[in-house]
Amino acid sequence: MAPVPASLFPAEAPEAHTLSVLVDNESGVLARIVGLFSARGYNIESLTVADVTADESVSRITIVTSGSRRVIDQITAQLNRLVPVHSVTDLTLLGPHVERELALVKVEGSGEKRVEALRLAGIFRARAVDTTTHSFVFEVSGSTSKVDQFIALMREVGLVEVARGGVVALSRGAEPQEA
Amino acid sequence: MPGQEISGADILVKALVDLGVDTVFGYPGGAVLPVYDSLFQQNQIRHILVRHEQGAVHAAEGYARSTGKPGVVLVTSGPGATNAVTGITDALMDSIPIVVLTGQVATQLIGTDAFQECDTVGITRHCSKHNYLVKETAKLGPILHEAFHIATTGRPGPVVVDIPKDVQVRTAVYEKPDLTVHKTYHPRIEGDRALIERAVAMLAKAERPILYIGGGIVNSGPRASELLRELAALCRAPVTSTLMGLGAFPASDPQFLGMLGMHGTFEANMAMNQCDVMLALGARFDDRVTGRLDGFSPMSRKIHVDIDPSSFNKTVRVDLTIAGDVGHVLADMVKLWRAKKLKPANQEEWWLRIRNWRSRDSLAFHQEGQAIQPQYAIRRLFEATHARNPIITTEVGQHQMWAAQHFGFEHPNRWLTSGGLGTMGYGLPAAIGAQIGNPDALVIDIAGEASIQMNIQEMGTASQYRLPVKVFVLNNEYMGMVRQWQDLTYEKRYSESYSDSLPDFMKLAEAYGWKGIRIEHADELDAGIAAMLAHDGPVFVDCMVVKHANCFPMIPSGAVHTDMLLGPDQQDGIIGKEAEALV
Repeated sequence: MAPVPASLFPAEAPEAHTLSVLVDNESGVLARIVGLFSARGYNIESLTVADVTADESVSRITIVTSGSRRVIDQITAQLNRLVPVHSVTDLTLLGPHVERELALVKVEGSGEKRVEALRLAGIFRARAVDTTTHSFVFEVSGSTSKVDQFIALMREVGLVEVARGGVVALSRGAEPQEA
Repeated sequence: MPGQEISGADILVKALVDLGVDTVFGYPGGAVLPVYDSLFQQNQIRHILVRHEQGAVHAAEGYARSTGKPGVVLVTSGPGATNAVTGITDALMDSIPIVVLTGQVATQLIGTDAFQECDTVGITRHCSKHNYLVKETAKLGPILHEAFHIATTGRPGPVVVDIPKDVQVRTAVYEKPDLTVHKTYHPRIEGDRALIERAVAMLAKAERPILYIGGGIVNSGPRASELLRELAALCRAPVTSTLMGLGAFPASDPQFLGMLGMHGTFEANMAMNQCDVMLALGARFDDRVTGRLDGFSPMSRKIHVDIDPSSFNKTVRVDLTIAGDVGHVLADMVKLWRAKKLKPANQEEWWLRIRNWRSRDSLAFHQEGQAIQPQYAIRRLFEATHARNPIITTEVGQHQMWAAQHFGFEHPNRWLTSGGLGTMGYGLPAAIGAQIGNPDALVIDIAGEASIQMNIQEMGTASQYRLPVKVFVLNNEYMGMVRQWQDLTYEKRYSESYSDSLPDFMKLAEAYGWKGIRIEHADELDAGIAAMLAHDGPVFVDCMVVKHANCFPMIPSGAVHTDMLLGPDQQDGIIGKEAEALV
C-alpha cells in the first residue's frame, strides 16, 4: 500500500458548480441554507428558489457556488445534514444538464443608439417587454455568459438598470432528481 | 379519552411522558407559565429548578451524557432562550442529545418587539441540530416526537422547540404519533459492507496500525465500547482517544496510549505520527487533535468511520470513508475479522517503538515538599475514588487537561467535559445533571477557581435537591490556561489572567449549606479527600496548588505532533508571530 505523502489536499483551482437542492417548503428553510453558506464561508454566486410541486410542499433551490472539489464535497455534505433537505444534486458533476438565467434590462436612448439597442436585442433573441419613446425593457434568457454578454453590450447603448433572476437548472433526460 | 381536546401545555407534558422523559431542567417565566402550571398538576415528570438557564442546558447535557437518554430543558422566551444559547452550542459541538423547549410570546405578538421577545429560532438556527417554531397547538405533539427523534438519532445534537404562549393555552387533540418514516431525515446507520471489508483488510495487513477513537463511540452506546475492546483485542493495535472519547476504552489496558493531541501523551502523538494505518472511529480530526495539518500522520493510510458524512475530508484527507453508526460498523468489523480468521501482521517492531516512547513518561511530575502539584492532587483523587467508578465532570482549562491526563477512565459515560466549545462553567451544572440521572453515583466536578465562578450560582440547585455533588477546585489563583499561553507567547505578560478578589469559598459553601474543605498542604490532601467522600451531601473542596505549574506535554499551536514540549524548560518564547494568530 503506497503511503500518501501528507494529510493535506492537493491544491486545486476553485471551479463553479451548480447545485440543485430539493427542500421542504417550510418557513425558515432558505435562511438555513443561506446561513450555512455564510457561517462556513462558502460562496454563493447565484441562488434561486421557488416551490415546484402541485401542493407547494417542495421547493427547488438552485445554487451556483465555487470552490475546490473538497469544498464542493463539504458543501454537499453540509446541505445534506439539514433536516428539511430532501436531496442535493451537483449538476456540474452529474454532467448533462441545462442552465438558464433570465434578466430584465432597461436601456434609455434615442436615435441611432435606440436602433442599435433594438438590433442587438434581436440578435440575442431578447424581447422588448416595455417600451416608451426613449426606453426599452428587454427580457433576455439563456446561459449566464449569454446574459452577461448582452448586458455588456447594452452598456454601450444606454443601459439604465438590470434585474437578474439567477440560474435555474435541470438535468437532461426524462429522470427527475431523486426526492 | 381519545378525541378529547386538551391544552398545548398539557399536550407538552403528555408527549414528554410518552417519550419516556422523567426529568426536566428549567426556569420559569412569563411565556412558559401555562406549561409550568401543567407541570404543577402532575407527578410523572420531575422539574429541577436551576439558577440560570445556561445551567439548565449543561445539567441536561450532564444528564444525557451520563445516562444515554436525552436531556430536556424548559425555559422562557427572550432572556431565557438567549441564556440557553451557550449550552445549546456546547451540545452541538459535542453531539449531545438534548431537547430545549422555549416559551415564546403569543403568535400575534411575534415580530412586534414584545416584552421578552427574541427571534429564538433565528438565534438558535446555527447552534442547534434543528429547531421549530410551533404555530398551531395541533402540531405540538407531532413536532415534539420528531424533535426527540432528531436529537437522539444520527449524530446526536440539540433540538430547540419554540412554543408561543397562545399555542400552550389553545386546545387540540393529542395522540401519540406512530413512528413513521421521516420524509427527509434518514441518517445512515449501517456501514457499507464492501468498504468495511476493505477497512478490515487494511487493518489486518498494517504493521504500524493505530485506533484513533472519539466521542462517537460513547454516543453510540455501551455496546460500541465493548465492540471496540473486542476489535482491539483481535487486531492488537494501540488505541488513543480524543478528549471526548475517554472511557470508551479502558485507561488501564496495556494497548491504551492515553489521550492524543495538544495535551496528549508523547506515545500517543508519536504513534499517530508514525503509524501506517489509522482507523478513526467516531472522531472528527479536530484542530486540537491534528496540530499542523501538513505534518499530521504523513505516512498513514486513513480510514474514517463516522455517522456524519460532513466529517469526512473536512480538514484531513482520508483514504477510506465509512458512513454509519460506529457501533454497527465495529460489530461488522469484529464479525468479519472472526469469520475470515484474520491474524494481525507482525507488530513487534511497532510495539518496541511504542514502549520506547512510553518510557519518556511524558506525564511525569515532581511532587516534593508541602506545595501541592495539581497533577498530584488529581492522582490522589483518582486513587481514592476509582474503585467507586465515579462520574467526573470538569470546567475548562488546565485542570480539565490534567484531569484528562491523570484520571483513568475504565468505562464510557463517566467523563463529562466540554470539548468542542470549551465552555467554562460547564462542570458544576453538568455534575448536577449527572447526579440527578445517577442518584447513587459519586459525582465530582474537577474545577478551577476561575471556571467554577462562571456558574457558581448552581450550588443553590444542588442544595435544593440535596444532591451530594463534590466540587474539587485546583486553586492556583490564575486562569491557568490563559496564563500558560501568555508564558508561551507573550513573554509572561499576564494580561488579566490573575484571579483577583477571589471569594472565601469556605464561607460561600457554608452560605449555600454545603460542606467546605480547604486543602493547603500536601500532607492534608488524602485526609481532605477522605473527608469529602465521607460527607453525605454537597462538598466544596478548595485545594490550593502551586501557582505556576503548566500543562505538559503540549503541542504549541501551529506545530506538528513530533514537536511536543515536554516540560517548562522548553516553553519560553516558543511561539512565533505566524503561529500567534492561530487559536
